[in-house]
Amino acid sequence: MTAILRAAGLSRAFGSFEALRGIDLEVCKGQRLGIVGESGSGKTTLIKLLAALDQPTAGQLWFAGREITGLPERGLGFLRSSLQIVFQDPRSSLNPRMKVGDIVTEPLRSKLVRRELQGVDRKERLREVLAAVDLPADSGDRYPHEFSGGQRQRIAIARALAPKPEVLIADEPVSALDVSVRAQVINLLADLVDKQGLTLLFVSHDLMVVRHLCDSVVVMQSGQIVERGTTAAVFSAPRTDYTASLWAAVPRIKV
Amino acid sequence: MSLLEVSGLTVRFGRRQVVAIDDVSFTLGEQERLGIIGESGSGKTVTALALMGLLPENAAVTGSVRVRGQETLGLGEAEYAKLRGDTLSMVFQEPMTALDPTMRVGRQVAEVLLLHARNTSGNSRQRVIEMLRRVGLADAERIADSYPHQLSGGQRQRVCVAMALINSPDLVICDEPTTALDVTVQARVLKVLDEMLDAEHTACLFISHDLAVVSQVCSHVLVMLDGRIVESGPIHRIFATPSHPYTKGLVATAQLDKVAPGSPLPTVADFYTRAGATR
Amino acid sequence: MRKIQLYTGLALIALVIAAGLVSLVWTPFDPIRVTADRLLDPGWPHLLGTDAMGIDIISRLLIGARYCLIVGIISVSLAAIAGVPMGVLAGLSGARSGWVDEVVMRVNDVVYAFPALLLAMLLAAVAGASTVTAMVAIGVATIPAFARVARAATLEVAASDFVLAARAAGTTKWSIAVRHVFPNIAPVVGVQASVGFAMAILAEAALSYLGLGTPRGTPTWGGMLRDAQDVWYTQPVQALWPGLAIALAVLGFNLLGDGLRDVLDPRLREVR
Repeated sequence: MTAILRAAGLSRAFGSFEALRGIDLEVCKGQRLGIVGESGSGKTTLIKLLAALDQPTAGQLWFAGREITGLPERGLGFLRSSLQIVFQDPRSSLNPRMKVGDIVTEPLRSKLVRRELQGVDRKERLREVLAAVDLPADSGDRYPHEFSGGQRQRIAIARALAPKPEVLIADEPVSALDVSVRAQVINLLADLVDKQGLTLLFVSHDLMVVRHLCDSVVVMQSGQIVERGTTAAVFSAPRTDYTASLWAAVPRIKV
Repeated sequence: MSLLEVSGLTVRFGRRQVVAIDDVSFTLGEQERLGIIGESGSGKTVTALALMGLLPENAAVTGSVRVRGQETLGLGEAEYAKLRGDTLSMVFQEPMTALDPTMRVGRQVAEVLLLHARNTSGNSRQRVIEMLRRVGLADAERIADSYPHQLSGGQRQRVCVAMALINSPDLVICDEPTTALDVTVQARVLKVLDEMLDAEHTACLFISHDLAVVSQVCSHVLVMLDGRIVESGPIHRIFATPSHPYTKGLVATAQLDKVAPGSPLPTVADFYTRAGATR
Repeated sequence: MRKIQLYTGLALIALVIAAGLVSLVWTPFDPIRVTADRLLDPGWPHLLGTDAMGIDIISRLLIGARYCLIVGIISVSLAAIAGVPMGVLAGLSGARSGWVDEVVMRVNDVVYAFPALLLAMLLAAVAGASTVTAMVAIGVATIPAFARVARAATLEVAASDFVLAARAAGTTKWSIAVRHVFPNIAPVVGVQASVGFAMAILAEAALSYLGLGTPRGTPTWGGMLRDAQDVWYTQPVQALWPGLAIALAVLGFNLLGDGLRDVLDPRLREVR
């Protein structure tokens, strides 16, 4: 297997605060990697760097064999089309003043991405991705506030799928949703990743969901990776107390 | 006489009289803990606000809410204010917005104390520090002198718990108190809440969308759906033999650990679909 | 209930616009020609009387409405067209590295600190006092207000996840500004514009009164006030009509601003 995403010694400091310290990471094509840790552990900082939405203060980053650290925005077209993000809260990640159709096809209209995806018909693609996330075909003409929380997250997923990405990063995609809706969105994600052969990076503080969805996991604490391995190994026999405490904290039914 | 008796509580909003909760009835005894579970929009929060008398002005409330036998619907703002904090208190979902960002947290807790203090003797700062320590803030002196933004989410929510319990109220209403928190922090806050309720002999109404979370604190649960109570009973009974299809769905989704990794998760829709709903 | 403000404001503004439009085709009497019927009391045929030049007051008020609107529209547009892009630029760059933000906002601070009256005097000295110099002075003086409001709103929008999502989708800065920032800051800018409109009307009246704006003889409301001052002790009612007209127009735009704020603020909207 070849690494589609590789980081070496990745660090990010905000002033004197080191949010991320020397992260080494390799993600292979088709892998489903869980990134877990408490808030403040650097999960979100890490994925912002991986998605080139932020620049590291040290270290290097490769996507599909090409180094992306230090590239200017206009050189990132290939990354923008093949790596997409689903954010935590669909209430804030969808522009309230845009129609769903425009939101979903936004990646296709970007000058950078259009170059990479020649001959994609926007209307056609909108229909495809709305169907893929089980939303009614006429959703494109409506506004985000007309949808429920779970449906809005489907819209965000549809937007991420629109440019036919290879890598999907999901940043706590179900944390803002009701437990009753959570399962549907997770099933949908699992299904899409399977069918479309996506590489998935799934960020969460809920280890139960990660265990369900991911084949491997990295555990982050204070900006560093403290444990990594297959999901089964890490959760059944955690090597650090920190991982054990994360696992123990998952709320389970107490009768 | 029960601590809280709610009967036929109905809340409508606005000129169009949109029904938010419909004919809700339940009772809560001294020191009992009751969970209210349902998805967003099911009327959980409206119920809590109705009990606290905190609904906006365009809400029309009918029915009856009795606290220790005293009818509270229709009470004036001044009488309600006396009731809140003294007998009833509340912990909100978002501890950042529930605290005043311009005031040191020690002073905020002290204010609640002084507002309802039965005897004003004794040092209020001492009592605040002691309370902060009891909710598990070891560094209570420093925390008391901090502003909300200098604290972590878990610390802020502990401060809110301290604020809600410092006057030893008879009933604490918790509205999704851990939804905004990490799993690990959530576990710690729930534990503290559980211990404090025990120590203070306080009853609790715990609102959440997560059955697993409710089960950490409560022994009984009400299931709300579209503004109505569709099922209620002891948690172990609800788990063993849920009767309403919606409850069956909730029970299934709350037990991810029972599902083999990689297989599809059960969803509420597998058990219950609203008439005319499109998932 | 909340919409009463909005509707009252709109009604008052509609009145001013109607007066301005009517004046284009018809006024009861000639609004410029001096006659011998000087300082008549309200009655028939001069319903509000005549002024010291013997000109019908209603006719002058109608023409004045036109000037009032033109001054408002031009000076607010000038301020918004210059100020809003500046604010958005500053806000978008301030969200990342800050030097563009610093430069733009410090320039605004300088403009803000420069007395508008002094600016109007300078312009009048260079180009001669006219409606145009008044509008330019008012417009330039209110640029910083628009820039600040736009910048604050932009910072809020720029921090939202949907802008991050747009960047992750490869959307360029320019498209983000057009597609995401402008539509989302439009409500605040609209509120600022209607409040700015009210300010501009007042400012123009003040400048005309001081002789730094529209020259004497042109029937603006501010000019009418100045003319009324000459006969203040004998005919105080002369000052009442233009004063009332200014007050109503200013009130209208302020009510519109407040009403818009209430209607457009999503935080207020979501409380059912």
